[in-house]
Amino acid sequence: MKRSHLIFWQLLVAVAIFASWHLVANWPIFADPKKVQFFFSTPIAVMKRVYEFFATGIIWRHLWITLSETLLAFIIGSLSGIAAGFWLARNPRVSAVLDPYVKMLNALPRVVLAPIFMLWFGLGIWSKVALGVTLVFFIVFFAVYQGVKEVSQTILANARMLGMNDRQLFRHVYWPSALSWMFSSLHASVGFALVGAVVGEYMGSAAGLGYLIHEAESTFDVTGVFAGMVVLSAFVIFIDWLVTLAENRLLAWRPQAHERTT
Amino acid sequence: MAEGGALPAVQLAGIEVSFGEGATIFVAVSGVDLNVAAGEFVAIVGPTGCGKSTLLNVIGGLLSASAGTAFVEGQAVRGISKPCGYLFQADALMPWKTALANVAVALEVAGIARSQAERQAREFLARVGLARFCDRYPHQLSGGQKKRVALAQVLIRDPRILLMDEPFGPLDAQTRVLMGGLLLKLWQQDRKAVLFVTHDLDEAIALADRVVVMSAGPQSHIIAQHKVDLPRPREAAEIRMDPAFHVLQKAIWNDLRAEVMRAYGDEFAAIGGKP
Repeated sequence: MKRSHLIFWQLLVAVAIFASWHLVANWPIFADPKKVQFFFSTPIAVMKRVYEFFATGIIWRHLWITLSETLLAFIIGSLSGIAAGFWLARNPRVSAVLDPYVKMLNALPRVVLAPIFMLWFGLGIWSKVALGVTLVFFIVFFAVYQGVKEVSQTILANARMLGMNDRQLFRHVYWPSALSWMFSSLHASVGFALVGAVVGEYMGSAAGLGYLIHEAESTFDVTGVFAGMVVLSAFVIFIDWLVTLAENRLLAWRPQAHERTT
Repeated sequence: MAEGGALPAVQLAGIEVSFGEGATIFVAVSGVDLNVAAGEFVAIVGPTGCGKSTLLNVIGGLLSASAGTAFVEGQAVRGISKPCGYLFQADALMPWKTALANVAVALEVAGIARSQAERQAREFLARVGLARFCDRYPHQLSGGQKKRVALAQVLIRDPRILLMDEPFGPLDAQTRVLMGGLLLKLWQQDRKAVLFVTHDLDEAIALADRVVVMSAGPQSHIIAQHKVDLPRPREAAEIRMDPAFHVLQKAIWNDLRAEVMRAYGDEFAAIGGKP
């Protein structure tokens, strides 16, 4: 499909959803429009609210808070995940001892940690960052661990025959291999950093997109909830697009699933 | 260790290599003695799984022998053997580096500045006919091209001894002959000592000064050695038509046949086939 056609069809889906939402919310097709509007609001009201968010500028502060929480969680989680992944992969004994604990921590639903982090780090951004870190850390950790463990033995033997010492092996073989695994889970880890931030805000905070949605919910302001969700989804798509850009640059050496022919 | 003045490039004395221990011990090679003179091209042939690669790994210092000693240029092998370059059977290029970077890194790790390493790498890639492919990543190259990059990567360090483990094994028949020709051309310029492991008898005879035949494993050992006195310089593709080639082929195959049969056990006997 041509790119312009694709965009046309993608837009058509959005128009169809908004049109049917608008119809159901304004005419008694399924139920009394008043009731429908109470539960689902109307697309025009939601868009108006989104416009107000930006027109008054109140949204920028929330976006900024959520963005910084996401980035901090991603950076701290990735760095610690890389360090731990390398360390455990290069020390099989330590890794064998710690294995059940790593599994245990990873299996723990992270939401239960949120109140404890509030207690430890307060209601500011750091409790949200901490929540995001616990999510990102394990994704990156497992990816890097795998990446170091699964370096091809032939590549390793070849690198050693080329005269590489331990430091050079790290730089030319282990590090790129681990990074390639980490980047392949980049979408997941950035996504989870955002989940950590929003869930944390939702549980208790004074700013951020999660806070915005939660505030609207607690006053039965369905329009506000939907407007918050629209902004959040647009934000997610934007972040995901940035990740794709970064990925294309960093993983240029990788064979594509379908090599571009144009 | 010197015999008659010149030091052998490689000397194996009573090499035994075993894997595992106790009841599950597997003795791959046992009692292998072999000398390779400086500048000599030696091919090792033998049935699958006879421990040919194991010997190369011992010489390269990637594997330690459980008995006996390997000497490289008179020095007992301990750790990676510096004078050796090793061309592997499987893909050994770093997939995250371009062809140029893969070749240049072999010099960079020896402390040569990147710009100079890259200049030399370009030259070596041109020598294996890949001047136009410097910026390609390994996945963008064909099997034969990857092998040539790997060859450039090994040769750029100018090793005095080349260890080659079925390097052209994964390639198709025609590409193999061409690669053999390229290897001979490069080798004839500076005559390194070469240990070339293959299961392809024709390839062994076309390239080598001497063909060493190994028995089927376990406890694989050398059962015969044949001198190949075909004239040099050779054309890897045309030498196969030479009548002397066929005489050698027949003689070596006579030694090899029983071992190949043994390696396959009764798999072929069951269908009444003869290898």
